[in-house]
Amino acid sequence: MADLTAMELRDRIAAGQTSSVEATRAILERIERLNPAVGAYLSVFPEQALEAAQAVDRRIAAGERVGPLAGVPVAIKDVLCTTFGTTTCGSRILQSFQAPYNATVVRKLLEADAVIVGKTNMDEFAMGSSTENSGLGRTVNPWDPTRVPGGSSGGSAAAVAADLCYAALGSDTGGSIRQPASFCGVVGLKPTYGRVSRYGLVAYGSSLDQVGPVAHTVADAALLLQVIAGHDPADSTSIDEQVAPVSDYLAGFDEAVTGLRIGIASAYNAGADPAVHAAVSRAVEGYRGAGAEIVAVDMPHLDYAIAAYYVIATAEASSNLARYDGVHYGYRSPNAQDYIEVYTKSREEAFGKEVKRRIMLGTYALSSGYYDAYYLKALKVRNLIRGDFVRAFERCDCLMMPVAPTTAFPIGEKTDDPLKMYLADIYTVGINLAGIPGISVPCGFDEAGLPIGLQIVGPAFSEAKLLRIARMHEARTDWHRRRPGNLR
Amino acid sequence: MSDLSYKVIVGLEIHVQLCTRTKMFCGCALRFGTEANSRVCPVCLGLPGALPVMNRQAVEHAILAAMALDCTVAEFTKWDRKSYYYPDLPKNYQISQYDLPLGSHGHIEIPLEDGTTRSIRIRRVHLEEDAGKNVHAAGNFSQVDLNRAGTPLLEIVTEPDLSSPEQVRALAVELQRIVRYLGVSEADMQKGHMRFEPNVNLVIDRAAQQFKTPIAEVKNLNSFRALERSVAYEIRRQLDDFLETGRTMQMGNKSTRGWNDVDEVTVLQREKEEAHDYRYFPDPDLVPVVTTPQWIDEIRARLCELPVRRQVRYVQQYGLSAYDAGVLTADRSTADFFEQAVGAGGDPKRVCNLLTQVGLKLAKDRGRDLPGLGLEPGAVAALAAMIDRGAVSASAGNTILQAMVETGKKPEVLAQELNLIQKSDAGELEGLVDQVLAENAAAVAGVKEGGKKSQKARAFLVGQVMQKTKGQANPKVVSEILNSKLGGS
Repeated sequence: MADLTAMELRDRIAAGQTSSVEATRAILERIERLNPAVGAYLSVFPEQALEAAQAVDRRIAAGERVGPLAGVPVAIKDVLCTTFGTTTCGSRILQSFQAPYNATVVRKLLEADAVIVGKTNMDEFAMGSSTENSGLGRTVNPWDPTRVPGGSSGGSAAAVAADLCYAALGSDTGGSIRQPASFCGVVGLKPTYGRVSRYGLVAYGSSLDQVGPVAHTVADAALLLQVIAGHDPADSTSIDEQVAPVSDYLAGFDEAVTGLRIGIASAYNAGADPAVHAAVSRAVEGYRGAGAEIVAVDMPHLDYAIAAYYVIATAEASSNLARYDGVHYGYRSPNAQDYIEVYTKSREEAFGKEVKRRIMLGTYALSSGYYDAYYLKALKVRNLIRGDFVRAFERCDCLMMPVAPTTAFPIGEKTDDPLKMYLADIYTVGINLAGIPGISVPCGFDEAGLPIGLQIVGPAFSEAKLLRIARMHEARTDWHRRRPGNLR
Repeated sequence: MSDLSYKVIVGLEIHVQLCTRTKMFCGCALRFGTEANSRVCPVCLGLPGALPVMNRQAVEHAILAAMALDCTVAEFTKWDRKSYYYPDLPKNYQISQYDLPLGSHGHIEIPLEDGTTRSIRIRRVHLEEDAGKNVHAAGNFSQVDLNRAGTPLLEIVTEPDLSSPEQVRALAVELQRIVRYLGVSEADMQKGHMRFEPNVNLVIDRAAQQFKTPIAEVKNLNSFRALERSVAYEIRRQLDDFLETGRTMQMGNKSTRGWNDVDEVTVLQREKEEAHDYRYFPDPDLVPVVTTPQWIDEIRARLCELPVRRQVRYVQQYGLSAYDAGVLTADRSTADFFEQAVGAGGDPKRVCNLLTQVGLKLAKDRGRDLPGLGLEPGAVAALAAMIDRGAVSASAGNTILQAMVETGKKPEVLAQELNLIQKSDAGELEGLVDQVLAENAAAVAGVKEGGKKSQKARAFLVGQVMQKTKGQANPKVVSEILNSKLGGS
């Protein structure tokens, strides 16, 4: 049963063919058995999940109306505030932090009658591309336990890939949904900035962060997006629905987009490993075979995306993370002698290396005398990159490219070389800088049997079309049906 | 010493708490003096994941104040984060406005002691959130109360145009009057609604050479008295320091000082201006503010005549003294009431006297504003008219006004009930005058003697008539009859 899609499970529960309790029990059993090896979850809520499942089953039995995720066990990244359990962000500084409120997306999941089974591991404060920066646990790639699951939403991607939930929420600041989805052979969608509320998403880079779904299929991703999308008065940066209405992401979902024009930046795509490049090219050929037109596009400023991203994201992070000071909540050093030491020792003892590195980078970039040279310049580059995409989308409906230059790399391979790690974000950060949506769908495996993802990128608020385009690929292939063999 | 002269240079930074319903970026109510940390939420506590949402009313209040201060209102402005670590600042950054303040290049007209006014330039007006409060009650720890955190604050910065402690005070008082007039702040000093930070230095001319003393900024003053005295103290201190050490202004030798209210001295806090790097950058959680012409027009419609203008007009139009005009215009509701009574036909001076001598006192005793007494402006105008035509005396008028407040009755009714109608009937009074003259031969003789003694004797005779009528005779009519009988005046 664990290999059903979320939508299939929901429909079976609704039809009385199975129950949410049965599905939830099966998932909890798998978590108990497999999570010690996979490390996808930081916390699991068996009792609460079963209670929620029972409630849904009762309501369905009573003929009551239930939500679009009724009874489906889902996971959420531990960067989303919940009134239940802790909200740790994978950091020792928030290891015992209990939020007094639910993030808007969590509230929406609960209102949709989803069963939240647990919170997933992540790079500390979503800073990383391998989940190795978690201060609270190690997650491995379900396809090869010696390899990373990607990051920062590595726990969510691994949980979906290992069938430890039917779908999950992640967050994506520079690729943190798409890249682990690609590494774990699942679907990951980063929506347009402003499509989904950030209220209750613990901030890393506020102008880049976006919550999105991780799922087995494009349809499941659409289903989750439908639940979490929409304006939130509590988030000033969430878009007014009169400006950009939330569409029905599943309406006409299976209809191929006719006259599809796909933009390819060849030189840019060629930077990936041969296996990745080949798999992406094959996927694009599949579209061409189905009648799509391939358009060559030029993205002259994308080369500067990594540099701009690591200035803007770290600058915002240096300010966003200033609040973890040991004064009001979270870890407080027992060694502090005065209030200055409450700050310095609490932060020194509880933040991990990568978080400290990014806080220092960002603080430097915002410092008087450097602001113009770094932060302001990065904002200008960001505008140029946005312009590249706008121009490209005048000539095509979407762009296709790899998600990451490689497949999942061995654990420990890049931990000593942060720059190398940063460069692995080459295909994803530009999309965050431009604020546009991108989706990662499975498109093959390398010789080592590791999954490869195809990234499809569309203009702002084009999620409905993007999902349909992704579905065209999925409908022709069965990569998304494969499961890691060692975790049955 | 004799060839030394100096000019005082003061610029003022003022923080004014706006009287909005809720805080600047969250829905917590603004209330004073509730239990510590009882008016807080995830946003003003700076909890992980919480996001600010701009309070539109606060922005409108700020724009209205900027307009009243004759500022250019920004068409496009934004919110910036100002980073510094302090326990009362939950996010360790304050949401403020850096390079694009809501208002800039304004003026404020302040009244001078000689009855004229002076225009002081306003550099900028911007909106920001307040911090909480650290409480060092006892023991080896401090506590933080975040009720105040997130309260909307208007920061107003003047150019260094002020040149005396009196002017500094006048500006502060005038600003209080303006924000109260506009209804954007209660500006209650006791509740810390206004806080001042003067920047003071001197330009000294000595032996055909000019010297500037180092600037001192006095932090966090919360009364007009402390503001005025701290500036006066700084002037003396800086002059003494210059004479003693010859120290002059240099890059980075601006100092920060605190005010000791008991000893009435400023105390050095930071000698060298620390290179404070606040690392300002635009807050990515908030969207920029675009002030559309339509919105600006809506706000402009709420502007009113400013108190200083009104004060000058009262002197010119109604012939009131500058003092009385100041008292009447100190508060918008008082001035509005005054003008309604004058509009209903009351003589401005009579109405002014009734309001300043009785009305405001009664209002103060009852802890209300003038309209809160429930008086009809028309009834006050009617009372003023009664005094004017001699139906009641001025002092009886005051008694009647008080009774009007107490009973809600009309002045005509009260004058009858309290027996305060003046006897102005010359025929009736003449008999009484004759009687008094007959009974006081010595005084009559005194009048005829002339000189000082004559004045005294006349007053005595008038007093006797008043006594016989239990104060109800119109003293003016009595005097006239006396004069006609005894000759002279």
